[in-house]
Amino acid sequence: MTYFHSVKLHEDKCKGCTNCIKRCPTEAIRVRGGRAVIDDARCVDCGECIRVCPNRAKSVVTDSRALLKDRKFNACLVAPSFFGQFRSEVSLGRILASIKSLGFSHVLEVSRAADVVASALSKHLLGPNVRYPALSTSCPAVVRLVQVRFPDLIDHFVPFDAPMEIAAYAARQEIKLATGCSDDEIGVFFTTPCPAKVTAVHQPVGQGHSQLTGALSMAEVYADAFKFLPKVTHEEPVYGSARGLAWAVSGGEGTAIAKDDYLAVDGLQHVIALLEEVELGRLRSVKYIEGQACIGGCVGGVLAVGNPFIARLRIARMSQRLVSASLPALDLAPSALTLRQTLLPRPFLQLDANIEVALQKLNELEALVGQLPMLDCGACGAPHCRALAEDIVRGTASSTDCVFVLRKQVSSLAGELMDLAGKLPPAMGRG
Amino acid sequence: MVEQAVLEVAYQVVGGDFSQAGDGASRLKRVLQQIGLAPALSRRIAVAAYEAELNIVIHAYSGVLKAKVSPVKVEVWAEDQGPGIPDVELAMKEGYSTAPDHVRALGFGAGMGLPNMRRNADELEIKTVLGEGTIVYMCFANRA
Ligand SMILES: Nc1ncnc2c1ncn2[C@@H]1O[C@H](COP(=O)(O)OP(=O)(O)O)[C@@H](O)[C@H]1O
Ligand code: SF4
Ligand code: SF4
Ligand SMILES: [Mg+2]
Repeated sequence: MTYFHSVKLHEDKCKGCTNCIKRCPTEAIRVRGGRAVIDDARCVDCGECIRVCPNRAKSVVTDSRALLKDRKFNACLVAPSFFGQFRSEVSLGRILASIKSLGFSHVLEVSRAADVVASALSKHLLGPNVRYPALSTSCPAVVRLVQVRFPDLIDHFVPFDAPMEIAAYAARQEIKLATGCSDDEIGVFFTTPCPAKVTAVHQPVGQGHSQLTGALSMAEVYADAFKFLPKVTHEEPVYGSARGLAWAVSGGEGTAIAKDDYLAVDGLQHVIALLEEVELGRLRSVKYIEGQACIGGCVGGVLAVGNPFIARLRIARMSQRLVSASLPALDLAPSALTLRQTLLPRPFLQLDANIEVALQKLNELEALVGQLPMLDCGACGAPHCRALAEDIVRGTASSTDCVFVLRKQVSSLAGELMDLAGKLPPAMGRG
Repeated sequence: MVEQAVLEVAYQVVGGDFSQAGDGASRLKRVLQQIGLAPALSRRIAVAAYEAELNIVIHAYSGVLKAKVSPVKVEVWAEDQGPGIPDVELAMKEGYSTAPDHVRALGFGAGMGLPNMRRNADELEIKTVLGEGTIVYMCFANRA
């Protein structure tokens, strides 16, 4: 299986500084030959390594707006977090109008889909057959994290697609109904705040196909829409639901759920710590966990331009100022909300497919750990000593990658050389 | 005959230290994942080991969580120096708990630990000596 990734390394810029290896939440990065290398099977495209790289050697590969030319109709799906990039005095209708003017025939607020999911969610959580705590599917980095690191929690996910997918479906329906055109004449693009969503478009978290054509960088679309804003003379019709807009920020999914049944956690490291508790059978009294990879929620995505805390305030202000909506709620059949894909585990921890061999390797690993200095210095290119030991038993690193082991071996080698040097050939032994 | 591969691990558990409660079970869980046990099985083991570890933290002074992993089964021992259990049958009842109020305030002590261990383990055996301590033994068959 090859994995699509939107987080890419620029080898020419990478200095092998090891800043990223310790920050990657899935320990997917190693430095080899002075360059970072990302393990495809482990990376969840969270974008953390982009944030921490001092050399700007990593970036998100997004789709180009040139793709708009290929299709007759193009819809832009505007993420709730997008609005938080603008000052709160700017109306949602003008923001939508300026985005539309960049070459789209349609615009659709993803918060319209989020609103429908919110209603379905509160009903679902009260129903039978729910594995508590139920997990949100809206952040693809978290979904993938569960697939690779917490495979036994997969059945905790709620059976709903992410609002982005549902909005894409709705946009297609709307355009087809209005124009009578076919699916392949329609392009649907999402303004993404993060690499995880780009990956979700090109390789969905399940095995199915995405309803989206591409994911455009929120930063790029924002830059152009912002420039165009002064020229905008009209307002696009707005749905503008506070409940839907709230999905831009951490805690926003829970507006339809009782507060004491609901837990929001942001930042992938915090999500990991919480899921570890869930794995041990704790938190059964919690009905729903909204986990988001970015601090603050999607307003904290690497492709969002503004400060996430300011964006949160703006979203709150915009929500308060909402006048009556001019667009109706999306009228979608329940089947349009269901996750069309089966989520499969993608475990990477297993040391070997054969359990006997895996046990043997684990014994070697424990023994190796005893020989390493446990300083977690990172000079070997692994995030910590135990990870190096794992790499060694997997055959992808050697114990002399550790400078301390190397120094020991060099000094014992030097000792042997001295001994050898002291020995004279037998024929010269008379002194 | 070739000796079967086994792995033995042991994690110290400190009575009364809730900040570290669960660390042993978490580390065991990672080991089980590295071995490649079926997720459902490693989950059962982790849940039961966590409850056993927690009981040491709540009810005993100190102890150790041990595990022996082979291709066919996983055995877990939670051994402690502690007060022992006066009436094991009663302790096994759902909802029975002697956990003090300050422990309940932390969200522990619902009296479901031992019943959860029995539900998850294929075998459960408790040896306890009043005033000395308790050994909870659990065995999980790997039927993969
Ligand atoms: N290791 C132990 N040492 C002493 N007493 C124990 C131990 N484990 C369990 N018990 C006793 O058994 C009772 C029931 O245990 P358990 O079902 O785990 O519930 P809880 O831990 O929530 O009280 C405890 O309240 C305690 O009285
Ligand atoms: S995107 Fe996230 S998971 Fe992938 S290598 Fe970077 S930090 Fe690790
Ligand atoms: S929290 Fe939002 S922005 Fe961040 S990775 Fe998840 S979906 Fe993307
Ligand atoms: Mg207990």
